[in-house]
Amino acid sequence: MIKVRIPTPLRRLTGGKGEVDLEGTSIAALINTLEIEFPGMKERLCDKEGAVRRFVNIYINEEDIRFHQGLETPVAEGDEVSIIPAIAGG
Amino acid sequence: MSKIKGLVCKECKKEYPAEAIHVCEFCFGPLEVAYNYEYIQTKISKEKIMNGPLSLWRYEDLLPIESTPTVGLHTGFTPMIHAKNLGKKLGLDHLYIKNDSVNPPTLSFKDRVVAVALTRAKELGFDTVACASTGNLANSVSANAAQAGFKCFVFIPADLEAGKILGNLVYNPNVVAVEGNYDDVNRLCSEIAGEYPWAFVNINLRPYYSEGSKTLAYETAEALDWQAPDHVVVPIASGSLLTKIYKGFHEFERLGLISGVATQIHGAQALGCSPVATAFKKKTDFIHPVKPNTIAKSLAIGNPADGFYAIKIAQETGGVIESVTDEAIIDGIKLLAENEGIFTETAGGVTVAVLKKLADQGVLKKGESVVVYITGNGLKTQEAIAPTVGAPSLIQPNLKSFQDTLKKELQ
Repeated sequence: MIKVRIPTPLRRLTGGKGEVDLEGTSIAALINTLEIEFPGMKERLCDKEGAVRRFVNIYINEEDIRFHQGLETPVAEGDEVSIIPAIAGG
Repeated sequence: MSKIKGLVCKECKKEYPAEAIHVCEFCFGPLEVAYNYEYIQTKISKEKIMNGPLSLWRYEDLLPIESTPTVGLHTGFTPMIHAKNLGKKLGLDHLYIKNDSVNPPTLSFKDRVVAVALTRAKELGFDTVACASTGNLANSVSANAAQAGFKCFVFIPADLEAGKILGNLVYNPNVVAVEGNYDDVNRLCSEIAGEYPWAFVNINLRPYYSEGSKTLAYETAEALDWQAPDHVVVPIASGSLLTKIYKGFHEFERLGLISGVATQIHGAQALGCSPVATAFKKKTDFIHPVKPNTIAKSLAIGNPADGFYAIKIAQETGGVIESVTDEAIIDGIKLLAENEGIFTETAGGVTVAVLKKLADQGVLKKGESVVVYITGNGLKTQEAIAPTVGAPSLIQPNLKSFQDTLKKELQ
């Protein structure tokens, strides 16, 4: 199982849960599973072409997936995935 | 009637109440404060502003608070200097420095955003404030929280400059040093913000917090006798400051306080962390994140949330986003110090170095008005410059020793 952390703005879809355990072999597969379990998830995370939205950041084991293979980044048992809205700095 | 209508998604325009939220639930776009400008129009005037307090709160009618200001009452209204010496060096007759390196109370422009965020945090009933910071923001949140009576948590990268770490600890907040870069701190804080009922100024209070930066544009226009300059040069970390300076000029124009705004907005990054400058040069608005490696730690955001908007604004206004090497940053710090007597931190070095580059390239022209934003103080980042400034002449306490040294100096 892979632990996926859900950000506050999406917890309405997960019944308030901040973490869910899912099966999947890539980030893209995990997003599809999320959509099956919690309908509405995919359209919030991805645009019409299926790419991750501009203001969505996805991390695997604390590393941005854009430093790996983006949506095709493989995931394995024990990995942790975080979905986080882009925020400004300072 | 209130000046704040609510919050609105910058992307899909969905509306939300004016609470401590920052992300659209539908498209993840950033939320912004929506103002009732017709109402503000009936309240605001040049005379009212000029008779207002000598702080950023003279622009209270355009800041997202509902009661009266309670934090940062002495922040802002910093010097605007006609930089004749530096201007002469760079071939610019009308070069101005907006000097936020002396902004009270913690000597950076971040005191502006924190004044607004903490005033709003009080209005929303929070008792604890927090932030993810590259240093200056943490200093400002720590100091203002101490004064305003909030509990306080600041999260910083563990490798920050000593002055910026001590500049938190002295106010006795909870300082959490994270073993990672700023982007790691930011990610972690987003997760922490989901678990604790705190006012994270640059996360759940971001729609209010970021508006404080607009006051840099307001003060600029007021100091230029109610005109916007031809050019501004702005440092880019997340990109938020640049977008708010643009917004500030255009709000003033919308309200009839200034007219004919055609300011070209230029952005400055360090080469070792230049995701926005890189995307700008490639003419794409897709920003690829980077792992920062620069002495300009206060600008070291590898995954800049507002970079997309910063690029749009630079393109729309005919601006340029440039990057400079660490060597050029040091030279920039010295150029400003030796010509204008202002000691800025590394971020200011970036901005001055890009100013020089744009002047050399002919982007900035002799007769045009140029405002450069100096956003932080050099005493906080002494490590960066210490190896390159030499040492004092050591002498014995007698006249001969001094005269010997003077002879050597003169040779």
